[in-house]
Amino acid sequence: MQRLEGVRQMNSTKTESFGILTRELAQEIDKTINHYRSNSTKLVGILLDIQDIIPKQYIPREVAAYVSEKMNIPLSKIYDVISFYAALSDVPRADYVIQLCDSVVCKVTGNTTLRDTISQLLGIKEQESTPDGKYWLEYTPCFGACDISPAMRINGKVFGHLTTQDSVKAVLDQYR
Amino acid sequence: MSKTVAIITENFGQYDPGSIHSYLSIGGFSAVKKALTMSSAEIIEMTKKAAVKGRGGAAYDTGRKWAQAASVPGEDKVVICNADEGEPCTFKDRSILSKDPFRLIEGMIIAGYTVGAKNGYIYLREEYRHLRPLIRNAIDESLSNGFLGDNILNTGFSFQIHLYSGAGAYVCGEGSTLIESIEGKSGRPRIKPPFIKECGLFQLPTLVNNVETLAIAAAFIQHGVEEYLSHGTSGSPGTKIISLAGNIKNPGAYEIPFGLTLREIIYDIGGGIPDGHELKLFQLGGASGKIGPASIVDTPYTYEDLAKEGLVVGSGGILVVDDRTRVIDFVKSIQDFFIHESCGKCTPCREGNRQIAKIIDRFVEGSQRPDDLQTAERFANIMSNCAFCGLGETAQSTLLSAIKHFPQEFGLTEVAENEKH
Repeated sequence: MQRLEGVRQMNSTKTESFGILTRELAQEIDKTINHYRSNSTKLVGILLDIQDIIPKQYIPREVAAYVSEKMNIPLSKIYDVISFYAALSDVPRADYVIQLCDSVVCKVTGNTTLRDTISQLLGIKEQESTPDGKYWLEYTPCFGACDISPAMRINGKVFGHLTTQDSVKAVLDQYR
Repeated sequence: MSKTVAIITENFGQYDPGSIHSYLSIGGFSAVKKALTMSSAEIIEMTKKAAVKGRGGAAYDTGRKWAQAASVPGEDKVVICNADEGEPCTFKDRSILSKDPFRLIEGMIIAGYTVGAKNGYIYLREEYRHLRPLIRNAIDESLSNGFLGDNILNTGFSFQIHLYSGAGAYVCGEGSTLIESIEGKSGRPRIKPPFIKECGLFQLPTLVNNVETLAIAAAFIQHGVEEYLSHGTSGSPGTKIISLAGNIKNPGAYEIPFGLTLREIIYDIGGGIPDGHELKLFQLGGASGKIGPASIVDTPYTYEDLAKEGLVVGSGGILVVDDRTRVIDFVKSIQDFFIHESCGKCTPCREGNRQIAKIIDRFVEGSQRPDDLQTAERFANIMSNCAFCGLGETAQSTLLSAIKHFPQEFGLTEVAENEKH
């Protein structure tokens, strides 16, 4: 992998980046920023779009630094946004991000089978990824799928009526 | 006979929401065409007559809000559509966004024309990202067909709509916080004054309306207010889209006339409680709303009747809970939600939620101390009086209403017994 010159690697112990900012990725990021005309008010949307094209669905430190430089926004402001919003992550997640609704509606309709089945099948708890980097599990507040609760999202796609082990397995089988 | 009605939702299923031609074939954009022949004052008069209370939850009179926005001086104003419904058990805006996006566009154009705005912004919650292409398309097709952009329908009125995405923060449903987010910052509420109606997005006079509120406006402009006002009660005229979910046979978003009783909503529309269980309580208006016991299920669903019981319409969420759930576990779930969603800006909300959570956890485990409930109530009252924004002010609604209606579940009767000895 060819490293991009001029961008300092700024890894901390918490935020790994795996030298991810290749020239190709930098070009993709440039495209996204240009698409939004480098408009600083679009920062939240820009970071969401960039996160979508980065493997493991997160914003590595060096990418945050690159966006900061490109858009002429202080790095502290970039991190103010990344750390504030639940949909943005500064730690690597996985190929498939599983968001399990843990709000009161899904609790009332009984989401324990869903929670237990996911943990049992994947062997991970909340805020953990499987060793192969395929699945990441997080609990999330209501995403407005209460009419089909208990529900979860995988990479943004909503699945509902997950009341049995078989129904949960059937959904996971789509993400092998 | 069905107890639901179709005024706001009349277009649902009647056209392809991905095509403006399909929308035009059912008479789409007639509300905009009509509104652009009216004066701003006439539209405001009509809105006041319809007496629509803001449907995001705050229930502020829409006609009054529009009149204020129109009278604020300024050449450049902004209309924001708040599509960030984040209250648990609230998904009624999703039904409009997914089934009738063009009516929302119409509502925004009408609002913009009425108050004198040049730009409109839709703030769509990240959780509805799957609807982004549909909304994007509705904006683009409206633009290419001359309903947005410069000199709309040769009236001299120009209006653009911009689509912004949220990123998973409940607090961004609050007006000034939403504005911070559109400006590309983290979502923390602004101090008022200045009020956003005078100095909001990009320092411009700003009108913020909920999705449903804007859709209603398009509906009554198109058909006149009479049809809309033929439903409901004298105190709560018109209709409302509710989000019905929880322990209920037929969960979903339904448009109902105000005045149905909660019993009619839960049993006739919702089909009742499944598996032979009994209704225990319901929560109205989401996590910031209050809970009511089964004993008041015959209360009519109107602003005034619910207020008498200490309840609110709020966002229109109706969460039905049966006898399988302990009240204290329900309260804990709501408390966990607010700990997660408090932005941390003000101390009453940030610390109040944490301290109350510790107490609630002790109740869940049964290890509560004698003065715990009193302390929790005191903190809750401080929060509702001193928090910086609506989130902190209403975060304890569930706890306080739970203590009021279900004192036995907090061991209050036992404490009273102990005190006798």
